Amino acid sequence: MSVISDQKSEVRSQKPEARSQKPEARSQKPEARSQKPEARRQKPRNTNPVPLLSVQNLRTSFHTRNGIVRAVDGVSFDIEKGQTLGIVGESGSGKSVTCYSLLGLIPQPPGKIEEGKALFDGRDLLAMSEKELRTVRGKRVSMIFQDPMTSLNPFMRIQDQITEPLIIHDGIDKETATKRAIQALEEVGVPDAPRRIRQYPHEFSGGMRQRVMIAMALITNPELLIADEPTTALDVTVQAQVLELIKEMQRKHGTAVILISHDLGVVAGFVDKVNVMYAGRVVESGPTREVYYHSKHPYNEALQRSIPALQTKGQELYTIPGAPPDLARLGAGCAFAPRCAYVQDACRSGELALKGVAENHESACRRVQDKEIQLSVNSNQ
Amino acid sequence: MSSEMTDPNTTAPASAASLLEQAEKGQSLWEDSWHRLAKNKLAVASGVMLAVIALFCFGSWVIGLDTTTQNLDMGAQPPSLKHWMGTDVLGRDVFARVLFGGRISLMVGLLATAVAMCIGVVYGTVSGYFGGKIDALMMRFVDILYTIPFIIFVILLMVFFGRNIWLIFIAIGAVEWLTMARIVRGQVLSIKKEEFVEAARALGLPQTRIIFRHMIPNVIGPVIVYATLTVPAVMIFEAVLSFLGLGVQAPDTSWGVLINEGASAIEEYPWLLIFPGIAMSLTLFCLNFLGDGLRDALDVRRSKD
Amino acid sequence: MFRFIAIRIAQAIPVLLIISVVTFAMIKSVPGGPFDKEKKVPEEVERALNEYYHLDEPFVNQYFIWLGNVMKGDLGPSTKYPNRSVNEIIGAAFPISLQLGVMGIGIALTLGLLAGVVASMRPNTAQDYIPMSFAMIGICVPRFVIGPLFMLMFAIQWEWFNASGWFFWSDRVLPALTLGIFYAAYVARLTRGGMMEVLGQDYIRTARAKGAGEARVILRHALRGGIRPVVSYFGPAMANLLAGSFIVEKIFAIPGLGTFFITSISNRDQTMILGTVLFYSVLIITLNLIADIVLIWLNPKLRFDEQ
Repeated sequence: MSVISDQKSEVRSQKPEARSQKPEARSQKPEARSQKPEARRQKPRNTNPVPLLSVQNLRTSFHTRNGIVRAVDGVSFDIEKGQTLGIVGESGSGKSVTCYSLLGLIPQPPGKIEEGKALFDGRDLLAMSEKELRTVRGKRVSMIFQDPMTSLNPFMRIQDQITEPLIIHDGIDKETATKRAIQALEEVGVPDAPRRIRQYPHEFSGGMRQRVMIAMALITNPELLIADEPTTALDVTVQAQVLELIKEMQRKHGTAVILISHDLGVVAGFVDKVNVMYAGRVVESGPTREVYYHSKHPYNEALQRSIPALQTKGQELYTIPGAPPDLARLGAGCAFAPRCAYVQDACRSGELALKGVAENHESACRRVQDKEIQLSVNSNQ
Repeated sequence: MSSEMTDPNTTAPASAASLLEQAEKGQSLWEDSWHRLAKNKLAVASGVMLAVIALFCFGSWVIGLDTTTQNLDMGAQPPSLKHWMGTDVLGRDVFARVLFGGRISLMVGLLATAVAMCIGVVYGTVSGYFGGKIDALMMRFVDILYTIPFIIFVILLMVFFGRNIWLIFIAIGAVEWLTMARIVRGQVLSIKKEEFVEAARALGLPQTRIIFRHMIPNVIGPVIVYATLTVPAVMIFEAVLSFLGLGVQAPDTSWGVLINEGASAIEEYPWLLIFPGIAMSLTLFCLNFLGDGLRDALDVRRSKD
Repeated sequence: MFRFIAIRIAQAIPVLLIISVVTFAMIKSVPGGPFDKEKKVPEEVERALNEYYHLDEPFVNQYFIWLGNVMKGDLGPSTKYPNRSVNEIIGAAFPISLQLGVMGIGIALTLGLLAGVVASMRPNTAQDYIPMSFAMIGICVPRFVIGPLFMLMFAIQWEWFNASGWFFWSDRVLPALTLGIFYAAYVARLTRGGMMEVLGQDYIRTARAKGAGEARVILRHALRGGIRPVVSYFGPAMANLLAGSFIVEKIFAIPGLGTFFITSISNRDQTMILGTVLFYSVLIITLNLIADIVLIWLNPKLRFDEQ
């Protein structure tokens, strides 16, 4: 792999080949990744590149009348430039709050970022002032949200909304910005863009609206795109299209993507790496194929088992017994203990941390770490 | 994670009955709202204050507090130990006058609101329940009435037909029912769509029972809130009339009349305006806070308009 | 849009007719003509006057004569002041009321919107409680209490302004404030509510995620939706604003239309009463229509409904 010289924001457009994200992410071997040196400005050859984003021990909680809800309880992960990371978990697992915390989008009276660092290009997002954060939001890190119906301003024309990041961050005049906006719309596949750009959100269908959001998020060529459940509110057929679009954009612009979802299927076909979250913590992390076929955490194993489409017809559907924990009352030890098929007394106390249990594959399960148990290999295919 | 398990075991009548049961049990949600209201200290304090004011005003009638004896020698005196709020130009004790005026003002407020409520609730329920053409027609009527500048009419009425206190109730009530009808209709429409109405119909309940046992209790919430907020509006309306010299006639008095008298003498005897002004403002304050509190307490159960 | 306006105008006409008929009937049904209160006038003079005003003809005729004139834009001579026409009186008095009303609206909107937006930015803090407390006071203390109190404080005690009259620019201040404060308070509450609801919406989060600063979020994104309750309130409110000016005009002795209306009633000045009622009605209907148009314009979804 050759070193590619770097020029600020043209990095992306110059590295389509080197970054070859094979469409079938599943077949990508874990080793392949570490052999792609990410060239940065003054570091010529590098086998241990500085990640684009490095989250370290993030803790976010909400101080409510019913107690302190520990929504994110010690989350750490890295994402490299141009890499795609999937964060999966049920509602309340903290996956969205993690990413919102990074951009300071948590309402800070009830919410509070208790601890943690989020190093983005060397600077800690969590330590930035609101003013500094605003230079990052929408410019270097963009976000798209779950419900395109409510995420676009119903009172503003699409044109005004898409051009806004350009106007805010790059100080571009309205005319030029509009031209670029039209281009962006065409890129995401909105037909008749010059006319439709003058329309209002309610004149677009759900899938189209999400395309608009994608265009809006990528128009400043951000280095990282966070997609929070981008397909959940859409029809199934449209879901596939939108995912394809994100994939395509990601390939084209070399944007790193964090894809948040509760839907394992959505994440599987798209990302290089997966973090499985439960009760505000990352319980398993690894390359997509490994995480899906060789679960290293009981929760993940249970998840894989409960995918309806992969179960035998006529049999009762498998559900994980119990219910998600009350995040205001997390005890010591493993949060999944009450529902775990492999639980032991020792699981209920002590600190748990992610540890590598296989090549590039980490798990927070004590028993797996100690090699006490071997979880089943999933043959769902 | 989509491993939802839906229970395919419910049969139609059984689920209808259970829905109905839940709705009827929903009366216990009243207790919920009550608790929420009780927690709102401001609303509770207002309620208490209102009770106190009402007690004074109506109690003074029962006691027979002297409000009319004039003492022309004394004339208007500033507040003193004997006359807590001073005396007016004719030597009458202002405190007694304020209580007397309060009686009338409150009565007008309550009665006119009651009139508006009755007309409005019935009209709105009928319109909303039957829907379709009837509804369209009824609401069109309301829309037209809305455009008429009522204050003008009430003024004319007062002038031409005499300043009869009953006429005032009716005239004001007849003006205020429009909004009440609209609110009620809106509620009825949104409730109609809810499942328990379907359930009731599926069980074959007669229409009247549906209206009375199911719709009206659910509609009452916003009605109460709006009524609590209408009373102050009505009181102001009456006071406006009085201020313009078109309200209640002597020897009756209301806060509006008292304030009017006070306004003309504001330079020499400011207390004649200040005390009735405070009394009225305080009452309006309490009514508004109570109304707000009620709205918040009942709010979670139904969506905000 | 034009269809909408046309329909509303078409609806208004029968309403106006009915109003005029009812008013006319009310006036005529009360015993006592306009001249009864005067000193006894000689019979010939009285007969002449009655003829001039068509008072000797059957009521129905009188009405249609009046209506005919109205179509031509002539509201007739004042019954009380025969040498002045109703048009003239309204023409002189209305601009004054209008000025008062407009200033009141200006105060209501500026103070109200400002207070409401500021309060909505930091709910449940001092920034919220203080303006909203003032707003509560503005709502609960009636105009006819505030007016005289202002007069007492600012005009009489401190002598910053004149207590009455409408001559100098400073004369406008107290009346406009008195008129506007209640509406400012109401607008403040409505704005706060509307803004808070909007600020909790997803699209505000999107705007922030794009890097928009507070000013931009509030002014460009939130305000348009946030002031909707204000607009829907303001239409009918404007009608009340006009009627409320009766009170303010009385307190501060302003020669506006309200004052003339009230006196015309006591004077049984028939043509004046009819003319004013008609005038007010047209005014209010027009204002409501404008308010509705603004509401539709503000909400893009509604704009397309007509198609």
